Amino acid sequence: MKIRSLFYTLRQGVRNIFRNKWFSLASIATIAACLFLFGLFYAIVSNFQHMVKTAQEGVSVTVFFKEGTTEERIGQIGKLIEARTEEVSKVIYNSAEDAWKEFSEQMNFGEYAQGFPDNPLANSSNYEIYLTDVAKQGQLVEYLESIPEIRRINRSEVAANTLSGANLLIAYVSVGIVVILLAVSVFLISNTVTIGISVRQEEINIMKYIGATDFFVRAPFVIEGMLIGLVGAGIPLGIIYALYNKVINYALEEFPTLTSLLNFLPVDTVFSFLTPVCLCVGVGIGFLGSFVTVRKHLRV
Amino acid sequence: MMSRAEKKKKREKMIEEQGLIYLDKVSKSYSTGAPALNGVTLHIKQGEFVFIVGDSGSGKSTLIKLLLRELTATQGAVYVMGQNLAKLRHGKIPKYRRNLGVVFQDFRLLNDRNVYDNVAFAQRIVEVRPREIRKNVPNILKTVGLAGKYKAKTKQLSGGEQQRVALARALINKPAILLADEPTGNLDPKNSWEIMQLLEEINEAGTTVVVVTHNREIVNAMHKRVIAMRKGVIISDEEEGEYTDED
Repeated sequence: MKIRSLFYTLRQGVRNIFRNKWFSLASIATIAACLFLFGLFYAIVSNFQHMVKTAQEGVSVTVFFKEGTTEERIGQIGKLIEARTEEVSKVIYNSAEDAWKEFSEQMNFGEYAQGFPDNPLANSSNYEIYLTDVAKQGQLVEYLESIPEIRRINRSEVAANTLSGANLLIAYVSVGIVVILLAVSVFLISNTVTIGISVRQEEINIMKYIGATDFFVRAPFVIEGMLIGLVGAGIPLGIIYALYNKVINYALEEFPTLTSLLNFLPVDTVFSFLTPVCLCVGVGIGFLGSFVTVRKHLRV
Repeated sequence: MMSRAEKKKKREKMIEEQGLIYLDKVSKSYSTGAPALNGVTLHIKQGEFVFIVGDSGSGKSTLIKLLLRELTATQGAVYVMGQNLAKLRHGKIPKYRRNLGVVFQDFRLLNDRNVYDNVAFAQRIVEVRPREIRKNVPNILKTVGLAGKYKAKTKQLSGGEQQRVALARALINKPAILLADEPTGNLDPKNSWEIMQLLEEINEAGTTVVVVTHNREIVNAMHKRVIAMRKGVIISDEEEGEYTDED
């Protein structure tokens, strides 16, 4: 095929969109509506998951040591805990001095703190252990209990279980709904493209009778389908992008008390997934739908 | 394996001996009913003007579809320009069809495009240079009497004018054969005659013309070869024939 024919088919693809205005509008509207729902749902779910994950990251296990445990042994235990990278993400050591200092500051003891000759919290040096996954808290606690020098383990089983369960539930539900939404989108979009092309069977027949090759007939339809997919995907992406920060700012302004809980994802993070998926679905279905449908009518 | 030159020579010999269009005991059956064509043998020489007449269901349209390679024969062989159409691969059909000009009763124009684009389209698919297309299209539109209408949308034209556009599109690539399926079926007598005169001029310029029609008046006035069909068989084939009630 010559370059001028390629450019001609490209031009025809673009012109077809305007020639078949109602079909183009219907297709773009269908694609935009499907992908808007998909994008909206994804933005909500991904933020919800992010909030749960942030809450999970704040869950820690604190271990205290028996009286007489040397600083050296405490250091060794710290290294053993740090080595368990599968369960442990971060370990913070709080010495007895740190604990007393923090406590006296919290209680506003001020210079009265000097009145204590010895550290009243002498046995309170501890490790704050943050987990990679709250579901692994039980496993870690089992290990910690096997260390004889450990006197006490502080943990929040309810928080861990709730967050772990919520995370799992959100994951299953969101994957399920995303898959259903995508399947519905694919079905609706491909149907719209199919119907739009089927009503133009006569046009395809005429081209074939004149001696047009399959490529020459198909290329403008495929380009048209892809462009419609591109516009149909671009519209919901633009709307969600424009609304995203506004909705977040509104939520934070209206519910300032929940600021610590409402930890939203930045718009770029959401769109790093949403943009390629929406564009692939829009352009991909536009391409496949038109390619397959035109092929059915090429047997003339 | 034959070389390209040998194949060409064989085709030329076939055209010389059997004609530009040759149907050899061709039958065509559809899955739903009686055979549309039943053992039809037919020779049409280069440069001939042939009418194919007959009632509905006589097999005329099936014959045109076979020549267009829209259908293939159930039995027998269809040769056009020395080429056995049954042996034509799907990818080669477009190239074959560029040797044919086709005109239909319902014009079959691209209604979302103007006259110029409809005619130019036939040149674009054979990848003619845009500069030549700009020269050729006005010339052919002038030939069919539509010189001033190239910008008009096809729906704004009368039936006769639309058929002229279809004729211009069929002729612009200088086809060897022009197939016209009821070209006057949707036209008034005046336009019908004008279209037939154009077809005659085209034939005089060397193009083989095959016209399928019901129009007795035109057939009988033009004194051309008339092939009459009934129930899938040729019942008469006469030079300067007439279309009678018996046909």
